[in-house]
Amino acid sequence: MANKLLSLENVSAHYVSQQGTRVVRAVDEVTLSLDAGETLGIVGESGSGKSTLALTILRLLPKAARIVGGRIMFEGEDLVDKPAAEMRRVRGKRIAMILQDPMASLNPLFTIGDQVGEPLRVHEGASRSSAWQRAIDLIKSVRIASPQTRVAQFPHEMSGGMRQRIVGAIGMSCEPRLLIADEPTTSLDLTIQAQYLDLLRELQRTHGLALIFITHNLGIVAKMCDQLAVMYAGRVVEQGPVSRVFSQPLHPYTKALLGSIPRMTEEREQLTAIDGQPPDLANLPAGCSFAARCPAAFARCQVEAPPDFTVEPGRSARCWLAAPTVHASIDQTIPLSRSAAS
Amino acid sequence: MTAVMEAKGLSKHFQARRGLFGGSRGVVRAVDEISFAIETGHTLGVVGESGCGKTTTAKLVLGLETPSGGSIQFEGRDLETLDTPGRRRYRKSVQAVFQDPYASLNPRMRISAIIAEPLVTNEKTVAPEVRHRVLELLDLVGLPERSADLFPHEFSGGQRQRIAIARALVLSPQVIVLDEPVSALDVSIRAQILNLLRSLQTRLGLSYLFIAHDLAAVAHMSHEIVVMYLGKIVESGEARALALSPKHPYTKALFAAALPSHPDERSDEPVLQGEVPSPLSPPSGCHFHPRCPHATARCAQEAPRLRPVEGRQVACHLFE
Ligand SMILES: Nc1ncnc2c1ncn2[C@@H]1O[C@H](COP(=O)(O)OP(=O)(O)OP(=O)(O)O)[C@@H](O)[C@H]1O
Ligand SMILES: Nc1ncnc2c1ncn2[C@@H]1O[C@H](COP(=O)(O)OP(=O)(O)OP(=O)(O)O)[C@@H](O)[C@H]1O
Ligand code: SF4
Ligand code: SF4
Ligand SMILES: [Mg+2]
Ligand SMILES: [Mg+2]
Repeated sequence: MANKLLSLENVSAHYVSQQGTRVVRAVDEVTLSLDAGETLGIVGESGSGKSTLALTILRLLPKAARIVGGRIMFEGEDLVDKPAAEMRRVRGKRIAMILQDPMASLNPLFTIGDQVGEPLRVHEGASRSSAWQRAIDLIKSVRIASPQTRVAQFPHEMSGGMRQRIVGAIGMSCEPRLLIADEPTTSLDLTIQAQYLDLLRELQRTHGLALIFITHNLGIVAKMCDQLAVMYAGRVVEQGPVSRVFSQPLHPYTKALLGSIPRMTEEREQLTAIDGQPPDLANLPAGCSFAARCPAAFARCQVEAPPDFTVEPGRSARCWLAAPTVHASIDQTIPLSRSAAS
Repeated sequence: MTAVMEAKGLSKHFQARRGLFGGSRGVVRAVDEISFAIETGHTLGVVGESGCGKTTTAKLVLGLETPSGGSIQFEGRDLETLDTPGRRRYRKSVQAVFQDPYASLNPRMRISAIIAEPLVTNEKTVAPEVRHRVLELLDLVGLPERSADLFPHEFSGGQRQRIAIARALVLSPQVIVLDEPVSALDVSIRAQILNLLRSLQTRLGLSYLFIAHDLAAVAHMSHEIVVMYLGKIVESGEARALALSPKHPYTKALFAAALPSHPDERSDEPVLQGEVPSPLSPPSGCHFHPRCPHATARCAQEAPRLRPVEGRQVACHLFE
């Protein structure tokens, strides 16, 4: 795996309460990898650990959390035990993160030029005037008209779509190898969202950078990503090339998730509803963490958590049904009643 | 087919302050002479970008805003001409479910009181009957009986939206206005709520006005769709036909911007450039002309009117 840009091996990150009595397994034995220039989508419902995983890679976890195991290999170095000062140099320069809430990531008191140029001054020691000059080029590269004027303006003088481009320009300023975008739940206008996704793809092509897209939205994954990792209760329960996973999901959770989205091209009376709720991450069940909601659960699922089975190169699933020889026989299957209300 | 509700030339204008220091005043034509019908037992979907007037339309229908022009007819009668009891009947017949299931439920009230509130304030109902009705509704929306005695914070987002739906149903309405009812929910829970809304529609013969940003969800839920741009309807028609072959250049661009449901359906169609113009100073002529790939000189001068085009209504000079 020498040519992988990023590879996570059994990474776990937990939040520990002050008394140390409550341990939230927000990221649990996650193994993933990403090639240079590739796009990885991470989906999963709220609370499944997506943002914690991003913060783990960036080593930006809050005090209450710690990485309890695993390796995060990035460009051949393990980020887990990198000193804080070196890690700061990695962030913003080789790995950048953009939040899609542009107002939260822009400072209303500084000009656009100062903010776009800042990473260059911090990481590359650029002078104020050369950073300003490069900021103009960057603003132009995200297709904002009259960059010379815009560079001296403040965030409130721009529209929402422009602010987003500015945030993109800041992320791109030091030519990172990897960009992590954590999507907010608030939805953007469709045409503006399409413009933004288009821009990200173009930046990715021209700079050859790898992208990790964290989202609730399977449509964004379908549009943007090469690889997909589905998270459930802190674990990656399925991963593989996007079109393989969409065409032939292996894990019952992935199947249900794909069946739950309405499609323009087909008429269905009912969508697949996933009843029940995910487990408490501080109190995970003994068996498979999806068992309580899984329509395919059988006896073994209740007592033993499935390992990550590699089904074909680059494709794996944490489900007993994906085991090389399925141990379950049909008569072992316990039918689980699904609520009639939905 | 009979329409339970019909809007004719409906408008709502707001006075708005222009500029940072609010010197001159401008007018926002949030809803600008729109006409539509909600057929009995059907869902009318409303789509369009932020600020195009969807919520204002919903508020007009709910009687929460008074129209600046035009009329709304309910079961063939003009709302303007209704007497006081008639207006009360109208308010009971038209209920709403909004986007945020957190904000819309009073945190200090038990679920039973939340659901029963419209019943208690609108009708003289005795306590055992109220209780009975609450339990009946909880069952209808798929919540256990014991929910009645709990508080909102004890429920997940999807469950709270079920509670909001139960409350909207308590007065046995005919029309429910759904303004982004699933936008704040997780994907897997969205499907539950959309399924619930559809089954309630079939069982109770409800009519819906359904507003959402998610075009696939609107296409899935609706019988008819209207597409709005800056306060005006630019296209309307049967839902599937409109979703699968949009005619108006804006509808086309909007549906092209919709995300694919499978990676093999990725399209490389160029995305619509430019942003939604300010509703304070909408472009002349066809409001869409600065972003329209087919715009001609005429488009900047003359606003196109909605006309029938192959069983649909389209407002665009290309279809004249
Ligand atoms: N500071 C914290 N202290 C304790 N637990 C936390 C903290 N931050 C997050 N968690 C818990 O860790 C789990 C994962 O949270 P995380 O924010 O990573 O989820 P997510 O998948 O990003 O969710 P969303 O889609 O809502 O953003 C959740 O159960 C959450 O409650
Ligand atoms: N009370 C008000 N006073 C002044 N302007 C208003 C008022 N309510 C709405 N508007 C304006 O009317 C226009 C339409 O707003 P509306 O809320 O109906 O849009 P919408 O289509 O629901 O948008 P969104 O998708 O963002 O919810 C906007 O320009 C808005 O700023
Ligand atoms: S291991 Fe069992 S419970 Fe878990 S997803 Fe697979 S079939 Fe369902
Ligand atoms: S009227 Fe002209 S500008 Fe408007 S949508 Fe039609 S072609 Fe485009
Ligand atoms: Mg998150
Ligand atoms: Mg609205």
